[in-house]
Amino acid sequence: MTNSINELEKDATAIFVIGTNTTDNHPVIGYKIRKNVRFNGAKLIVADPRRIELSNIADVDLRFRPGTDVALVNAMMNVIITEGLEDKDFIANRTENYEELVKVVEKYPPQLVAQICGVDAEDIRKAARIYATAERGSICYAMGLTQHSTGTDNVKTMCNLALLTGNLGKPGTGVNPLRGQNNVQGACDMGALPVVYPAYQAVTNAEVREKFEKFWGVPLSPNNGLTIPDVVDKAHHGEIKGLMVFGENPMVSDPDLHHVGEAMDNLELLIVQDIFLTETAMKAHVVFPGVTFAEKNGTFSNTERRVQRVRQAITPKGDAHQDWQILCDLSNRLGYPMNYSSPEDIFAEIRKVTPSYAGISYQRIEKTGIHWPCPNEEHPGTPVLHGEKFNRGLGLFHAIEFKEAYELPDAEYPLILSTGRSLFHYHTGTMTRRSSALNEFMPSNEVQVNPETAARLDIVDNEMVKLITRRGYIEVKTHVTEMVPDGVVFTFFHFSEAAANVLTQAKCLDPVAKIPEYKVSAARIEKI
Amino acid sequence: MAEEMRVLLEYADKINPESADEYVKVGGYVGLEKARQMEINDLIQEVKSSGLRGRGGAGFNAGMKWSFVPKNAEIKYVVCNLDEGEPGTYKDRIICEKNAQALLEGMAICGRAIGSNQGYIYCRGEYPFTVKLLKNAIQSAKELGALGDFNIEVRMGAGAYVCGEETALIESIEGHRGEPRFKPPFPGVAGLWGVPTVVNNVETFACLPSILTKGSAWFAGIGAAKYPGTKIVTLTGDAVNTTFFEVPTDYILRDVIYKLGGGVKGGKKLKAVQVGGTSGSFIPEQNLDTQIDFDSMGAIGAALGSGAVLVLDETRDIVDIVTRISKFFEHESCGKCNPCREGTFRCREIMEKINAGKASQKDIDNLLLLTRVMQKAALCGLGQAAPFPIQSTIKHFAHEYARKIV
Amino acid sequence: MIKLTVNGREIQVPKGTMVLDACQQAGADVPTLCYDPDLKLAGSCRMCVVEAKGRPNLMAACVSPAENGMVIETESPDVVESRKIILELLLARHKLECHTCEKDGSCKLQDYCYRYGVTDSRYAGQGAHFGMEDPNPFFKRDYDKCIICTRCVRVCDEITGAQAINVKERGHHAKIATVFDGKLDDSSCVFCGQCVMVCPVGALTSKVSAGKGKSYQTQNVLTTCTYCGTGCTFELNVKDDHVVGVTSVRESEFSPVNKGALCVKGRFGWDFIESKERLTTPLIRENGELRPASWDEALDYAANKIKAIKEKDGPDSLALFSSARATNEENYLAQKLFRAAIGTNNVDHCARL
Ligand SMILES: Cc1cc2nc3c(=O)[nH]c(=O)nc-3n(C[C@H](O)[C@H](O)[C@H](O)COP(=O)(O)O)c2cc1C
Ligand code: SF4
Ligand code: SF4
Ligand code: SF4
Ligand code: SF4
Ligand code: FES
Repeated sequence: MTNSINELEKDATAIFVIGTNTTDNHPVIGYKIRKNVRFNGAKLIVADPRRIELSNIADVDLRFRPGTDVALVNAMMNVIITEGLEDKDFIANRTENYEELVKVVEKYPPQLVAQICGVDAEDIRKAARIYATAERGSICYAMGLTQHSTGTDNVKTMCNLALLTGNLGKPGTGVNPLRGQNNVQGACDMGALPVVYPAYQAVTNAEVREKFEKFWGVPLSPNNGLTIPDVVDKAHHGEIKGLMVFGENPMVSDPDLHHVGEAMDNLELLIVQDIFLTETAMKAHVVFPGVTFAEKNGTFSNTERRVQRVRQAITPKGDAHQDWQILCDLSNRLGYPMNYSSPEDIFAEIRKVTPSYAGISYQRIEKTGIHWPCPNEEHPGTPVLHGEKFNRGLGLFHAIEFKEAYELPDAEYPLILSTGRSLFHYHTGTMTRRSSALNEFMPSNEVQVNPETAARLDIVDNEMVKLITRRGYIEVKTHVTEMVPDGVVFTFFHFSEAAANVLTQAKCLDPVAKIPEYKVSAARIEKI
Repeated sequence: MAEEMRVLLEYADKINPESADEYVKVGGYVGLEKARQMEINDLIQEVKSSGLRGRGGAGFNAGMKWSFVPKNAEIKYVVCNLDEGEPGTYKDRIICEKNAQALLEGMAICGRAIGSNQGYIYCRGEYPFTVKLLKNAIQSAKELGALGDFNIEVRMGAGAYVCGEETALIESIEGHRGEPRFKPPFPGVAGLWGVPTVVNNVETFACLPSILTKGSAWFAGIGAAKYPGTKIVTLTGDAVNTTFFEVPTDYILRDVIYKLGGGVKGGKKLKAVQVGGTSGSFIPEQNLDTQIDFDSMGAIGAALGSGAVLVLDETRDIVDIVTRISKFFEHESCGKCNPCREGTFRCREIMEKINAGKASQKDIDNLLLLTRVMQKAALCGLGQAAPFPIQSTIKHFAHEYARKIV
Repeated sequence: MIKLTVNGREIQVPKGTMVLDACQQAGADVPTLCYDPDLKLAGSCRMCVVEAKGRPNLMAACVSPAENGMVIETESPDVVESRKIILELLLARHKLECHTCEKDGSCKLQDYCYRYGVTDSRYAGQGAHFGMEDPNPFFKRDYDKCIICTRCVRVCDEITGAQAINVKERGHHAKIATVFDGKLDDSSCVFCGQCVMVCPVGALTSKVSAGKGKSYQTQNVLTTCTYCGTGCTFELNVKDDHVVGVTSVRESEFSPVNKGALCVKGRFGWDFIESKERLTTPLIRENGELRPASWDEALDYAANKIKAIKEKDGPDSLALFSSARATNEENYLAQKLFRAAIGTNNVDHCARL
């Protein structure tokens, strides 16, 4: 997030949520948005194909066709420019490439886009005016925006919108991705990515690489690594031979599970380090028992870049070992000594190679976590990014054209399938399905179907059906609900026995971010 | 009825209460016109110095109440309390039925004084005819242009006694549960939908036209010095003439009962009088020479309240009556605050036990302790006043209790 | 500034300060039941009544603004008498079973009865009973212990925004209920448990923690939630080296993001930690089956295989999927392991999923 969570409760005067069912997936952020709207009169724009909880209090509810995000937001920008609502000072002083944006956006008048997106042109205008005229407008999005073959385009489009209206760099504004997992921010910050070291320092940058070589005392590879989908593909083809999976469960989380399964089976070595015998661990050659967050010390960085403490409450179960200890033990056996006395000791090293974390210490975050960037011990942290200038200097407008999703419905697969999360489960269910209350409350998957779709298919609520795509099918019970529009169906990916990712495709990913298109697959439902 | 003094009811049954034209013919809307000519501060001062005090029970100086309303607030409301939930009280209905236009005029005068152009009349749910009458009266006044830009809307009550309490009334108009709010903030500062609101009783409003027409000094000269004006009392129970009377406030209770009311029915002796409605204290015969003004009533441990006068003859069973009253309060407690929600329930329990002859002195001690706490600690007037009938009867009619305890 | 006297002590407070805060500042501990600093005021329990000289009635300290010259007594005979009677009134209908109550030891009703020596109630009698079993697996609703402080109603409305519950009926029959007085599952409840967090008595208690330990038997460890990216903080309740519950920390210093608010997963989804299915020993595949192994055996096995693959096919034939659920420290080490010890940038995690 460019801004901090509490600004959504207090500072933002208009909030534009797109592709985030906030009250289900980031409930506490959802509470805050709702509070701001209900008690402080903040305006709320919801753009989501589904009727989500926040739709009930939205000033504008844009239920648009999945995958048409760029068109929708381009049309909003069209309105803003046509009506002269753009922030001219901001554009002049803080951005570049505006002319290119104008040229593209011109092609997206609301009356045209209304047809592409299946929404009312007047609602697009209303949304544009609310956001553009707000004193402090905030954009929030999550996987609903990003899990598309055009995910990167979608995100850039949101940045365009914020730049166009000067809604950046002040409290209550910003472009705010709500990240789905507790430490996805931290994992990225720490360089658990194929192209960067900690703090997003490129592995292909010789200067950076030299720094790390010196610090770590070994020569390092100058080549970008592979992303998860590439690794899966290469494992399939036998080019990747050994894989270590640490605290993840690709056998449920990744697209096209049949494909993933075959890739895993193809490996010479699969090491899994986890707390449960996950679907992935079942395929492993060797399994290391690690520990839960309750048994470890360390830090998590939340979606607003706040680095907070995790504290050990109990001793590890059985013969499970601290995860950091396991990693050190393995490294030592590989001939690269790793000797740390504690997570705090590791953190001390992190600070040295991660400029944005340099000023953060366990002592400083004993009570309250600090937002990075925090370059030194005197620095208070940075809740709001881009206050004075952007990392690159001027904010760059990207002229982005709308592209349809990869797999559109057709006669054989007439429905659009989106996948996502439930309030009651988390990710692949490894933890929540073993939490007694959560699993008792929601023990199985469902597919949400609009009543009209259901009537056409002659299916009723709670009926077991086959949900089919070109990749395969799952058997799942229906939940007939107005929440999804006619022609769109929605299912959860937490349930390995009815795994949504059997259905999703891994062929066409976002070309830059390699995000799978979980929000749009062509599907069909059959009675059993 | 020689001793009645009719001000509010001067033209009762002589004009059509709905008709603004007829009202104007007998001098109506002159007060409002005068108010419009006056400086706001002078207007408020005029009402203040008339000494007019609230007729809804609390006896607060009306002009003073208005003066607390912030001048700079953009939106303000005038609310008329026509909930009239006290059993035995119907004076507000009478005012509407006999002189509805005076109420409307009074509200408009208040609107002028506090800078509000919107009024609400919160009418008791059991008075559908009154609602109709008022709507017609408003229509008639509008047609005549008498109210200027002042609007009045009539809202139907929810049928709960506590909704007569001004903040519960406000909650009810807002569409919430009829539960009292804590004060401060008083409605004058933050009332209906959070904006400054003056809540006055029907009778209070209806006094205003004549105050403006005839002057504050005239009004201040009527009746008791500290609670001037006239008061409409409704006489019920074992009196001969159970009806309403308008009298100056220095009138004494005995005269209400014996002169206007014709005394006790069937020539029986009087045992007690309950003044002010269900939550009023029971007054024994020896206190009947008290003036019916707010302070004189207070001085004998009673309250004028709404001005209802319930006469009980010698054959009445006080404990039984108080038991029934305790049931009323148990039923009417809104349940918001502990002392009242639980207290009214236990009061009823103990009263029933006493009435059934199963209680001991200990129970009466417990009851007195409980009522003391309710009176001191309850959130609103309901819980604070519910103890009065119990306390006053244990004090003045101890022998009736003694007869029943074991 | 306003000057007032509390229990004989003169203090100064800024205008707008409530009597309750002023008393606190003067060192007087005024008991409260319905008051919650994060919620709209109710002023309904009347537990906080104090005596202000010159006023006929007691005043509820939590809803009364301090005024210049006020002379306040917080434990005068009248005040103490009122509090005692209020407690007795509550006890008169309370399902008093402290010995088995989850709230024993952290219950305000129990605490205040102890403080004012209220052993039983002289008003015990008949009364409405609202015992109800809500089949939800998250928390128990035992309204025979409810004191109608409405904190749950307010927190549900003001913090969570679910508006699932409200006061129904009037007077002594007033109770907390959903719109149709039914199960929470049939309401707009999202099982966030904020109501459980604020309930001052044992009316709302976690079913997941039930029977596992009372508050005075647990140590509490402040930590950060393991689920979504919001970064809520809370305390893990530990008894005998087992996690037995989650409780909120409401001070923003310790809970800057959520101020104690949580969602259903954070508050009730922690017992996977104690699951019987936890992996407790390393495993090695042998003849197609995973079998328990020692750490040395498993680590050696993995290291040798890695070395062999690296030698045969080069470091880029190895890859790591790191974890968005692991700590920063662990992620740092994991990527360092693959980059420095093995020599490949094939490092990724499921940021996109
Ligand atoms: C339980 C309770 C019931 C009340 N009922 C009425 C009522 O029916 N009519 C009324 O005018 N005032 C009623 N009051 C008094 C009002 O709260 C308020 O004081 C009054 O409307 C103010 O108007 P006034 O100043 O003109 O008397 C009631 C008060 C309480 C505590
Ligand atoms: S005193 Fe009675 S009526 Fe008034 S708020 Fe308390 S419970 Fe409600
Ligand atoms: S709620 Fe409190 S007083 Fe009631 S049984 Fe539980 S611990 Fe005891
Ligand atoms: S669990 Fe949350 S949503 Fe449900 S009643 Fe309690 S506060 Fe409201
Ligand atoms: S359930 Fe608890 S929080 Fe809710 S009103 Fe009852 S005692 Fe208060
Ligand atoms: S704490 Fe003040 S009334 Fe409840």
